[in-house]
Amino acid sequence: MIAAFHVTPTFYLVLAAALFSIGAIGLLVRRNVLVMFMCIELMLNAVNLTFVAFAKALNDIGGQVLVFFTLVVAAAEVAVGLAIIVAIFRRRREATADDLRVLEG
Amino acid sequence: MTVVLFFLFAALTIGGALGVVLARNPVHCALFLVLTLVSVAVLFLLQDAQLVAAVQIIVYAGAIVVLFLFVIMLLGVDRPDTLEEPLRFQRPVAFSLGAIVLAEVLFLAGQRWATGAHTARGVGIKGGPFGSNIERVARVLFTTFLWPFQITAALLVIAVVGSVVLARRSGERPEPLPIDGAPAEEDAR
Repeated sequence: MIAAFHVTPTFYLVLAAALFSIGAIGLLVRRNVLVMFMCIELMLNAVNLTFVAFAKALNDIGGQVLVFFTLVVAAAEVAVGLAIIVAIFRRRREATADDLRVLEG
Repeated sequence: MTVVLFFLFAALTIGGALGVVLARNPVHCALFLVLTLVSVAVLFLLQDAQLVAAVQIIVYAGAIVVLFLFVIMLLGVDRPDTLEEPLRFQRPVAFSLGAIVLAEVLFLAGQRWATGAHTARGVGIKGGPFGSNIERVARVLFTTFLWPFQITAALLVIAVVGSVVLARRSGERPEPLPIDGAPAEEDAR
């Protein structure tokens, strides 16, 4: 019975959609800036999963190559973002989104 | 076999993601993130993306999460979050927005105009005169995507310079290194 059951690309797309939504909800719900960053990583990973699923479905290696560019952007974003968090933390002693209220105009 | 592996690691992926969102301690969040990233790497392997899976483990689980843990420990924010909400209705609004996002993405995933038709040209995943997975990725990366590849170099340099400038203590001169045999600093002043 199991042998007749195949994992189609749709399965991966649905999984990636669920992962992306969990990341989006976490980004909106959590107050800690570090955890919000981790949720952004979850969303980026969902997109990578979609790229790889389409690379397999369309038989085109370009999807896998694009994952590398996503990885580079994610690494740069994490480096700059964590530097910003460290700079904020040095002044405010707290790192939640509510402490950034001073940015209001 | 593939079916069992897919459902096992899909469940682990979703479980880890829920752990990231629900765990109250940031260190636990980072460890749940590792679980998700490794599970996604296995899902990459199941789809003939060996190089991407290896890079996922090395870069994400090895470098990015370690960077997160470093910052958590450096800042000492490893205490649980408070659950009080300064903004009213934030949580229900966030959940409804998340449900809308999920519905949207699922809708788009089912539409052919959004996901594209079959390309079936260029370098494929399997077959053809090209070699292993690494060889195929390299062939496309250094020919079709050569110009974006060069631009990522500029992006990385900008990120490095930016994070150094941001993380530096501004307005303070770095302390001079102590020299052997030199008088103590109090005397020098």
